[in-house]
Amino acid sequence: MRPLITNAWFNRIAAPVGVATFVLIAWQFFCRQRGIPVYLFPAPTDIALKLAAEWPSLLTALMSTLEVTFEAFFLAVLLGSLTAFLFVQSQAIAISLYPFAVLLQVTPIVAIAPLIIILVKNTQVALTICATVVAIFPIISNTTVGLAAVDPGLLAYFRMNKASRLQTLIRLRIPSALPYFLAGLKISSGLALIGAVVAEFVAGTGGRNAGLAYDILQSGLQLDIPRMFAALLLIAVTGVLLFTLMAGLSHLALGHWHESGMGNEK
Amino acid sequence: MIMAPDGFSPPTLAPLNLPVVNILSADKVFPNGTRGLAPIDLAIGRNEFVSLIGPSGCGKSTLLKLVANLYEPTDGRIVWWQGNFSRVGESGRRLAFVFQDATLMPWSRVEANVRLPLDLAGLPKTAAVPKVASALAQVGLTRYARHYPGQLSGGMRMRVSIARALVTEPDLLLMDEPFGALDEFTRNKLDDDLVRLSWERKLTTMFVTHSLYEAVFLSTRIVVMAANPGRIYAQMTVDEPAPRGDAFRNSDRFAALCRDLSRLLQAASLESAVADHDEGGR
Repeated sequence: MRPLITNAWFNRIAAPVGVATFVLIAWQFFCRQRGIPVYLFPAPTDIALKLAAEWPSLLTALMSTLEVTFEAFFLAVLLGSLTAFLFVQSQAIAISLYPFAVLLQVTPIVAIAPLIIILVKNTQVALTICATVVAIFPIISNTTVGLAAVDPGLLAYFRMNKASRLQTLIRLRIPSALPYFLAGLKISSGLALIGAVVAEFVAGTGGRNAGLAYDILQSGLQLDIPRMFAALLLIAVTGVLLFTLMAGLSHLALGHWHESGMGNEK
Repeated sequence: MIMAPDGFSPPTLAPLNLPVVNILSADKVFPNGTRGLAPIDLAIGRNEFVSLIGPSGCGKSTLLKLVANLYEPTDGRIVWWQGNFSRVGESGRRLAFVFQDATLMPWSRVEANVRLPLDLAGLPKTAAVPKVASALAQVGLTRYARHYPGQLSGGMRMRVSIARALVTEPDLLLMDEPFGALDEFTRNKLDDDLVRLSWERKLTTMFVTHSLYEAVFLSTRIVVMAANPGRIYAQMTVDEPAPRGDAFRNSDRFAALCRDLSRLLQAASLESAVADHDEGGR
């Protein structure tokens, strides 16, 4: 029997769960011992009770945020991949458009969001645009690099066998780009959630009564701190689930041939 | 056995059967003005195994790429099949090229990698599958058809690459230092297999190598090249009958042939260096 501490399963799952358990118990103990009021800093049990009691309304808020997140993520993947294909088709297009992609990336979304929310009448659409702007760059940049990062030997082999442009794209460029694209997907999925939450914050009370960020703002105004924590927890769990989903997808698609899919970073 | 180092093939060396490819005063000047190859005359006959060997910069890879039609000759011609076809790829002139790296698709199974040239040519899968199985059997990899390249050793990956070349039943097999990156034991094993396949499949092969032992072991004819500019310095035939194996490798005759080739290579290298010096003086 190997010592538990060197066991891979223990390190991957049991260790972080252990840390979380320890922190939660210490947190609970600290709050109860010092008698800290719930409206200042709630104990884990307060948050759990709140989550259970107000689950329906929190779920509605979560669904609203998830809707924006997934719409934005889908748009980012679609538009990002198309842009990347455009970039590798022509050097001229890449040179003329790439600076604008960078511009979009480096301008903080918090700064652009108010403008978008004013300009776009439908709040849902405005939120989705904001989140898409945040999520699209990793897809463009990673897929572009991936489509260009083709083994020159294989490219020569395809040329020698008189492969058509389409054959080269489908059989060589797309599979070569897949690991890069999937790495972009992992980053982008998290960014879509961040973008959705940030956009909701900016839209704030002026927006519609939905979304977890709006919920956090409202709970803050009402000093409903447990509900703030509950909403925060839901955002965090959603982010982790999104990442795990993307890591799983990556493993499924690449596990049999690419280092990044072999499950060392999940 | 050793011919005069005069840069052309004397009549006694010309293959008795019809040449598969005839290189007629083909040369190569690169766009930057460097002369990669002086005009080369070389005919490759059916079932010949011709090795190209020489110091670096002698243009042996360039010559192979000219024949592969990866480059156009600057001047001169490359004539196929007694002049019936002047361009590679016309009317079923099948060429296969094996690189120094295996250059396999890591995302595809061994069988799909071997099938690639047939897929690219648009052959239906039902017709391609038996050919793939036969090519894999010939390189001894039948059991590994469903593996991915990442699961194989360097030597096995090279075998896959060779199977991918054999599957097209090429009229001419071009190999550019295919075993250069392998250790000597693996290389000897693959040399043994290549000699056997050449015999069984009646292959015609042009083979670039840095190893004079490999050249002597594999070749029916060795072309020694010199650099500055790249040119044929001398030729040497190895008329050891097939099948060749360890008995040949360990024979005194093999040692003598290696010594002869070594002397030719030293002379070619010296010639290249002198030319280098002259260039610098101008």
